[in-house]
Amino acid sequence: MNKDQALLAYVARLGDNALVLGQRMVELVAGYPELEEELANANFALDFIGQARMFYSYAAELEGEGRSEDDFAFLRDENEFRNVLLIEQPNGHFGDSITKLVLFENFYLLQLGALRHCADTRVAEIAARAEKEITYHLRHNTNWLLRLGDGTDESHERVQQSLDSLWQYTGELFAPDDIDNVFEAEFEGPDLAAIAERWQEQITTIVERATLTLPAEQWMVSGGKQGRHSEHFGYMIAEMQYLQRSHPGATW
Amino acid sequence: MNDKEWPLYEVFIRSKSGLSHRHAGSIHAADDEMALDAARDTYTRRSEGVSIWVVRSSQIVASDPAESSAFFEPAEDKIYRHPTFYKIPEGVENL
Repeated sequence: MNKDQALLAYVARLGDNALVLGQRMVELVAGYPELEEELANANFALDFIGQARMFYSYAAELEGEGRSEDDFAFLRDENEFRNVLLIEQPNGHFGDSITKLVLFENFYLLQLGALRHCADTRVAEIAARAEKEITYHLRHNTNWLLRLGDGTDESHERVQQSLDSLWQYTGELFAPDDIDNVFEAEFEGPDLAAIAERWQEQITTIVERATLTLPAEQWMVSGGKQGRHSEHFGYMIAEMQYLQRSHPGATW
Repeated sequence: MNDKEWPLYEVFIRSKSGLSHRHAGSIHAADDEMALDAARDTYTRRSEGVSIWVVRSSQIVASDPAESSAFFEPAEDKIYRHPTFYKIPEGVENL
């Protein structure tokens, strides 16, 4: 994999992570029991979709084949998406969503922090902007995990289950592939081993404060970064892509 | 109060440095941190503010509308409390 291919693949993957998580959160819109949380979730979903647009637009420019951000989002097949498995998992209950966000956003924020200093100016600029948004998300979502973990017996138990069932997807975040390695070497990209260490520290602190128990070391699922997704993913993008697939180029 | 409903908070937003906080509206939240988040998400989405105060509505002590005549009307005929009887010296522009 050469330098240009790695940059394109890396930027597209950043877009995939942002879009897929944003789409999952969009599924929850109009479903919250409290208006204030409803608004927070919709804001956060739009932050992710905004980030996806910036990454995809840049990817389309890098590719130079006349495709647009919409082509990346709506006209690629399942195996062309290289997002991590963690974020494509179904929403489940509120505790599941919050746990998923805390696990992913702690990683993503460290990744963005490193990207802000990478050698590609455009990626660094997008990362700087996204970093502010995610910093706020994380404050909000971490507070929720603390409330649920250190809340009632029921909320504690349920969010502990969320943590236990999502933990198997966290290993993939830090498992470098060719794209990560070439991007790190050629563009002063994130060092995933260093990020893994800091992530572990941060998550341990949050989990302890939430009076939860960190899951034991275990076998980790992977494949999303190589385009091998869980079975839920096909249904998710089928819904997301339906309109553009059925009515190509539709606008309103 | 219905104990299933989160407490009500009043939200005050400072729109830019140098101006005072103004009442923007109210939100429900289970605790102070959540109230601040909800205020941010609800009232500063379009760059309306640089600072937010939230306070539990139940903590606000308000004057009673029924007492408004005793509270406010006595001030109405005391025009000497307004600084309108001074001659402004010539050449003073910003007084």
